[in-house]
Amino acid sequence: MLAYVLRRIGQSVLVLLVTGLVAFSMFRFVGDPVDNMLGQERTQADVERLRDRLGLDEPFAVQYWSFLTNAARGDFGLSYRQGRPVAEIIAERLPATLELAAVSAVLAVVLGVAFGIYAAIRRGGWLANAIMTASLIGVSLPTFLIGILLIWIFSVELGWLPSYGRGEVVDLGWWSTGFLTASGLKALILPAITLGLYQMTLIMRLVRSEMMEALGQDFVRFARARGLPERAVTLRHALRNVAVPVITVTGLQLGSIIAFAIITETVFQWPGVGLLFINAVQFVDIPIMAAYLMGISVMFVGINLVVDLSYLAIDPRLRAGAGGRT
Amino acid sequence: MRTLALCAATILTAAPAAAETLRWARAGDGLTLDPHAQNEGGTHTLNHQIYEPLVLRDTDGELVPALATEWEVSEDDPTVWRFTLREGVTFHDGAAFTAEDVVFSFERALSDNSAMKELLGSITEIRAVDEHMVEFVTDGPNPILPSNFTNLLVMDSGWAEENDAVEVQDFAGGETTHAAMNANGTGAYVVESREPDTRTVLTQFDGYWGQGEFPLDVTRIDFTPIQNPATRIAALLSGEVDFIQDVPVQDLSRVEGAGGLVVRTAPQNRSIFFGMEQGKDDLETDSIEGENPFADVRVRRAMNMAVDRQAIQRIVMRGQSDPAGMIAPPFVNGWSEALDALPEGSLEEAQALMEEAGYGDGFRVQMDCPNDRYVNDEAICQAVVGMMGRIGITVALNAVPKAQFFPLVTGDDTEFYLVGWGVPTFDSEYVFNFLVHSRTGDRGSWNATGYGNAEVDGMIESLSSEIDEGARDATIEAIWERMAEDVVYLPLHNQVLNWGMRESVEAEVDPEDQPKFKRFSLQ
Repeated sequence: MLAYVLRRIGQSVLVLLVTGLVAFSMFRFVGDPVDNMLGQERTQADVERLRDRLGLDEPFAVQYWSFLTNAARGDFGLSYRQGRPVAEIIAERLPATLELAAVSAVLAVVLGVAFGIYAAIRRGGWLANAIMTASLIGVSLPTFLIGILLIWIFSVELGWLPSYGRGEVVDLGWWSTGFLTASGLKALILPAITLGLYQMTLIMRLVRSEMMEALGQDFVRFARARGLPERAVTLRHALRNVAVPVITVTGLQLGSIIAFAIITETVFQWPGVGLLFINAVQFVDIPIMAAYLMGISVMFVGINLVVDLSYLAIDPRLRAGAGGRT
Repeated sequence: MRTLALCAATILTAAPAAAETLRWARAGDGLTLDPHAQNEGGTHTLNHQIYEPLVLRDTDGELVPALATEWEVSEDDPTVWRFTLREGVTFHDGAAFTAEDVVFSFERALSDNSAMKELLGSITEIRAVDEHMVEFVTDGPNPILPSNFTNLLVMDSGWAEENDAVEVQDFAGGETTHAAMNANGTGAYVVESREPDTRTVLTQFDGYWGQGEFPLDVTRIDFTPIQNPATRIAALLSGEVDFIQDVPVQDLSRVEGAGGLVVRTAPQNRSIFFGMEQGKDDLETDSIEGENPFADVRVRRAMNMAVDRQAIQRIVMRGQSDPAGMIAPPFVNGWSEALDALPEGSLEEAQALMEEAGYGDGFRVQMDCPNDRYVNDEAICQAVVGMMGRIGITVALNAVPKAQFFPLVTGDDTEFYLVGWGVPTFDSEYVFNFLVHSRTGDRGSWNATGYGNAEVDGMIESLSSEIDEGARDATIEAIWERMAEDVVYLPLHNQVLNWGMRESVEAEVDPEDQPKFKRFSLQ
């Protein structure tokens, strides 16, 4: 059992190290940071001196090793673009992304489940059909287009909501939040819809199909036969059976919401880590790119590790099998 | 009704300057507040509101006094420039501005980690003569030295020492300085708050020396970078910002058509042109073995004729460019109408030239082009690919982001490429030094054409120490003529700046794309 856990953790660390190595081997294809860091007037000698000082001529494996050893000490270096510590910049930008991701996720789950149940119960009704058709749009339209459309309707034409930024934020010292001001809350609406729309439709379609399957099963028929009100049948009995797959998918999707906020953040100029990453790629800001990519892989590997270990907790066969081997 | 309106207008104008916030957006943020850590347009633009140089350019490109009131070459020694400093100037924290600050700032800008040191390469000594007089000693007479000072912002020496900001930001060493996030300048605006890439708020400096001299109608600047062009336009159209610096050409009519908004336009200090590898004996990307077709001036001349600059202006740029026959905009010293005339010659003549050069059947070659650096850069390249096809040159286009593109040019890894060039010194020597002189240690770093001509090199080198203005201008003209004759580059056009703003904002477009908000007036 312990060996199984240790083995899983060991595998996760290995995956992380390999991901980092692949990322570092790719940086050279992004471009050369020195061209961005020195102005138009630089001479060849300046270029070579800076390349040498930054260690850019070293083989990528060596660069990766020095990144790892520094990162192990909590030092992620200085951003080439801003000249400030990477850890400080990321800490400053993370709250924006996490708040956006949280609101999007809540939106996706609440609306997704509600619409999914409705579409399953009222199958064939005109509103259910309309919801299903709309969900197709949500799945097939690219995020940036949805964002631009929302901006066009709600900011330019109607003038109700801001088109960019986070509005006024309250700085709590270690966290800046947009939840405490009216403008901050208003600024969250459009990006949260844009970011959460895909997940919402995904959850909705999943809930609908699982729900329809559940509604056709014997225990539902028996419940109805017992004369339970329809409300109790669907919400208490059927929905409970749908919960497990929905929670699993939602958990895994949360990681993608954070990791793929990049496009939404670019469209809405949302000052989170996704926008930071895009800027870093354009500038070839290697320290930021490295820290971001490592952070995202830690998150994904972490989520998968938790899922794996939770299977172990849930499924007794796995426990027995693992125990048998040790 | 009319009297009422008149009354209202009188009341409005008579009211003392109330807090007038200007909400400003552009594609990118300043990278740092440290004035010597990055030599980049967006960074200078932000820092110019907070800090000031000794001399500045007005919107016509003329040098005007800023922290210096007068400047001249010393009568006794042509290698000494003497700057008289403005009196009664204070920094934001109240410290007095003196010669000591100038000496400190220029020495800081000359230090190893500074990104500005190349502009000051000829300076050997900076000395304070008295409280308000500074002398710059150069390694030879340098007639255009003040032109290099327009982006050299002056810091307070005392503040820098107290805050451990004497050294410029060192990216490699891993040390960050106080000056990257904080500032104490003499400029018209003080930093109220700054969140990099998110929002920067500046408020007017009460003790600014220029009160009365400049409109100073903008009392507060709320600056947000908005990268996505569609979002930036939406923010202007919805009234969330008052001024944006970069209106995409396809959105010009939309902004102009919206009520209460205007687009103000002016030629930008940036020329777009093509370069070709003409020095090598054989090209790597071409279809002809053992020969370099670009080395034949007839081929280059034919290519120059085949580029239809007017068509590019009309279709690709939607009218937003000034076709050019030389790679310098009109306000640069050395520009003349004759030199800037578009190359003559019909398509038939171009085809005949190709025939004459022995390439009547044409050849294939690769063109490298940035896709995120200049206005419609990739579309320009695509158009030129078609135009080259008409004289038999089949071009394979390789369009890449700037971070991958520029290493090709500086590393001499491209054989046909598009670049743009601005002339911050407003003098042709700058163009020649970087683009025409053969590649040596400190010159020709942007010359990827392989063009190297000892005679021209000699003429270029003579410019830096020629004090007779007439003789110097004659040499400049001769070099430009030689460039045209040898078809070193294929000039294309000068970019045009489009600033979009509320109608009530009165501003002249700055050819360097650096708005100075103290000069803005609000109706």
